[in-house]
Amino acid sequence: MGFQFQFQPVFARMDALLDGLWLTLQLAGIGILCGALLGILLAMLRGLGGRATRILVDAYVELVRNTPFLVQLLIIFFGMPSIGIRLSAEQAALSAIILNLGAYATEIVRAGIESVHRSQIEAGLSLAMTRWQVFRYVVLAPALARVWPALSSQFVLMMLSTSVCSFISVQELSAQAANVESETFRSFEVYITVTLIYLALAILLRLLLAGLGAVLFPAGSGLGRLRGQVGR
Amino acid sequence: MIRQFTQSEFLFILASARWTLLLTLMSMLLGGLLGFLVALARTSRLAPLRTLAAGWIGVIQGVPVLMLLFLSYYGLALAGFDLPPLIAATVSMALYASGFLGEIWRGSIQAVPWQQWEASSALAFSRPQQYRYVILPQAVRIAIPPTVGFLVQLVKNTSIVSIIGVVELARAGNLVNNATFQPFKVFGTVAAIYFVICWPISLLARRLEGRLHARRAG
Repeated sequence: MGFQFQFQPVFARMDALLDGLWLTLQLAGIGILCGALLGILLAMLRGLGGRATRILVDAYVELVRNTPFLVQLLIIFFGMPSIGIRLSAEQAALSAIILNLGAYATEIVRAGIESVHRSQIEAGLSLAMTRWQVFRYVVLAPALARVWPALSSQFVLMMLSTSVCSFISVQELSAQAANVESETFRSFEVYITVTLIYLALAILLRLLLAGLGAVLFPAGSGLGRLRGQVGR
Repeated sequence: MIRQFTQSEFLFILASARWTLLLTLMSMLLGGLLGFLVALARTSRLAPLRTLAAGWIGVIQGVPVLMLLFLSYYGLALAGFDLPPLIAATVSMALYASGFLGEIWRGSIQAVPWQQWEASSALAFSRPQQYRYVILPQAVRIAIPPTVGFLVQLVKNTSIVSIIGVVELARAGNLVNNATFQPFKVFGTVAAIYFVICWPISLLARRLEGRLHARRAG
């Protein structure tokens, strides 16, 4: 083996990698927040709305879940301008992330909502709670508590998938890795470094989400007991 | 010259689906083999093996598939192999599959009631015999629905290997789009082909899952 690992040139361009990391964090952060909200909203609409709403939501979920994120990204980035909507690469990436995560979140939250028994809702209504209160406290909160681990895994997967946005030249972490690679020619060292950054990010995000779960659904409460009862 | 999106372009895209399918098949076989070893190590009686397997699963599930692809691509070249991109693509997809299948199958093995271990060891089964005759046949039943479900993820993620020049579905779409500039038609077609491959698998996974639950409840 005549090969010598040289990390020095890679570390010298750490500024570029950190720029990329920052964009990755933004994409993932905004994407997860909006995607989760979209999922909750659609799962709610699907539960409350009529037959037509249900069919529409289901069609969206199935279409997104059965096509690659990359192709969704390409359709939005290259296809939208042809119907008159011009998006920057970052806007296209963020839209694709939100639409993609939204579909998975809808499916996960739907499973949680369906796990709430009818009698719970009837009990809530008979306690003179309004329909909104019943939905908020009796249906949604326990549903989210139950599916929190499944949602968390999906969030982590989405964060990792932001790397695919480099395909449309969004300058996030993977794209910056490619830039540094073409400057330094230390391909393996660059990608090892960036892979470790992603790994650290995934571990941190998992810890953060577990912590958030413990705060939102405290162990001593009724919600804490439900945590994670409905799997993926 | 701008070409039109005609039947021949469509057929070119459709034909490239065989590489997507081949890639999925090869990485499922290779990744399944590796994932099986990971699952066995993860449920082993030896603590170091368990830790190692848990670490492997954590790392594979904690890094982007794109990074696995680049590391395989440049790593194989560094190790002195001059291989076509399709091989690096297969290796990276197999590594990816091993991490997820290993975890799915660990869950399936551990879902077999522990009394089954006790009963078979009381009957003087050796550890390999326990696996072969008692645990695995039951674990396989539990494992099939989520494994089929994972297959959909694998098909979709093969689209990423288009970046190292393997002309599978996504790459074929890119090539045709560059010649025709009709992104909606082209990528719509690509998406439709992926959907036609993935949706039946998704439905199958859901049906198998329903059947498994029905059997457990009954």
